[in-house]
Amino acid sequence: MTADIPMTTTTATAQVDKQAAPGKSPGAARGPRRTGRIRRIALPYLLLLPALLLELLVHLVPMAIGILMSFKELTQFFIRDWTTAPWSGFDNYQLSVDFDAPVGEALLHSFLVTCGFTLLSVGLCWLLGTATAIFLQDTFRGRGLLRTLFLVPYALPVYTAVITWAFMFQHDNGLVNHVLHDQLGLTDKPSFWLIGDNSFIALLTVSVWKGWPFAFLIVMAGLQNIPRELYEAAALDGAGMWQQIRHITLPSLRPVNQVLVLVLFLWTFNDFNTPFALFGKAAPEAADLISIHIYQSSFVTWNFGTGSAMSVLLLLFLLVVTGVYLLLTSRRRKTADV
Amino acid sequence: MSSATSKPRSPMAAPRSFLWARRIFLTLLTGFVLVPVYVMISSSLKPLQDVSGTFRWLPSGLTIRPYIDIWSTVPLADYFVNSAIVASAATVCSVVIAVFAAYAVSRYRFRGRRVFTVTVLSTQMLPGILFLLPLFLIYVSIGNTTGIALFGSRGGLILTYLTFSLPFSIWMLIGYFDSVPRDLDEAALVDGCGPIGALLRVVVPAATPGIVAVAVYAFMTAWGEVLFASVMTNDTTRTLAIGLQGYASQNDVYWNQIMAASLVVSVPVVAGFLLLQRYLVAGLTAGAVK
Repeated sequence: MTADIPMTTTTATAQVDKQAAPGKSPGAARGPRRTGRIRRIALPYLLLLPALLLELLVHLVPMAIGILMSFKELTQFFIRDWTTAPWSGFDNYQLSVDFDAPVGEALLHSFLVTCGFTLLSVGLCWLLGTATAIFLQDTFRGRGLLRTLFLVPYALPVYTAVITWAFMFQHDNGLVNHVLHDQLGLTDKPSFWLIGDNSFIALLTVSVWKGWPFAFLIVMAGLQNIPRELYEAAALDGAGMWQQIRHITLPSLRPVNQVLVLVLFLWTFNDFNTPFALFGKAAPEAADLISIHIYQSSFVTWNFGTGSAMSVLLLLFLLVVTGVYLLLTSRRRKTADV
Repeated sequence: MSSATSKPRSPMAAPRSFLWARRIFLTLLTGFVLVPVYVMISSSLKPLQDVSGTFRWLPSGLTIRPYIDIWSTVPLADYFVNSAIVASAATVCSVVIAVFAAYAVSRYRFRGRRVFTVTVLSTQMLPGILFLLPLFLIYVSIGNTTGIALFGSRGGLILTYLTFSLPFSIWMLIGYFDSVPRDLDEAALVDGCGPIGALLRVVVPAATPGIVAVAVYAFMTAWGEVLFASVMTNDTTRTLAIGLQGYASQNDVYWNQIMAASLVVSVPVVAGFLLLQRYLVAGLTAGAVK
């Protein structure tokens, strides 16, 4: 597939050379001009072709197959040739949403955990990112250093950041217990952070630590586009710093926030890297995010049909939320403009 | 971003409450951000007994032993090479493909233009887990029928990762190319450049910050990915993302070595990112957030 790239490039360049010829001599015969026109129409499609083919191969076709697989009884016996697995209708879906049975109950629990986690993580990331961007808007000494520093968590590869946090959350030799128990005496005995209920807090902490600089980066970029005259006019009208933030900065950021919150939501909801690097293949129940739950249901128990059905349900949920979100926020923006 | 390009909010002096809020907030945040970084660096220089017993803020003695041992405990150098090859190749391919696609969308009005952008962007929404197994099956069957080994090979991983960064790259470059004045490439066309000549000689140089930003993003995406690497690599093609877990599966967990390895693995990306961050902010300002 990678061979496509140079190929398309050369055909496109060759085409340009040919195309340039009729352009230079307006009196050329009708034939070449017509092929030139066809080529001009074809050119954008040719330019898009590599991207399109790759998206088809890696995203869209697998998605279609994933949807097909969700209607099959796909266990390890059929993995060599999945097409031979027997059709099972909506069995996989029924199994997934039967909340009284163990499989459905566990899925519902994982879904609710993911919702809570996503709301908190996105909220905190947005809050930290926006506050920091606003506080770093004016020049002061050390501003450039802080900005660079704050981007470090985002620049670190997920797994090294998570491994470091996993070390800090260790029961016997971790920093967190040392500070909370040994130094501050806040807990009676050292707590377990990577198993049991505390694992939710651990996961949330790591997720926010890693995620907020992205919000900071986007909001910082968004702030650059606010015209300075707005602030000057507000200052002339006697608006103080806090009022300027409330009445100019935050409203001006609304279009940026619309996209930022959506992207943060989708990434956090689908996040696999963080819980996988923190807990391994099986997450504790309190931090059982949906991606890792489905991974566990498919690859550890070798039941791919059910895993696919769960993924399709997840996709449908994300589609509905995204649609409703865009509808609501766009409408609000429109009424706000009027 | 130099201070010349950033816009101070207002010429008037900030009130005391604002300055105090800023001071307290930024101090706390700096602590939160720095503690793990400090733990990573200091632990990587500690002898094993310091990281096995109760946590100590200051090492009992400094040693560079972990930095020597990491290479023999697990085949870190091999993982490093694999990650470097995969991430570089994915970045180059992704940027080239994104440049062509974004140019088409930015400069041509053609049927299906909107469908294309919406489709590409919406792939961001897909849960990775939904297409992980089908993709794995597709790669296996391509291997069985054509003999092209995609499953377990670096090629398959490159192919997968480059499509991960493609949607965001295309989206950002469309915005960036839109901000490059059309007169520039029209002048090039008049001068006898073809559309591709205009793209390569005029638009690409003018959009360099955006392209650098996209390249940084693509490299980081490939360097940090865990899910697909966990399924699609074997012993010889394992990347750092999975290889690093090798230190934890030893009988004793060598936390000092894990921290040293994490640091070694992070330095290339963090350094690259911090050096190029001003391009990323400039690229986002001109492209994505407009």
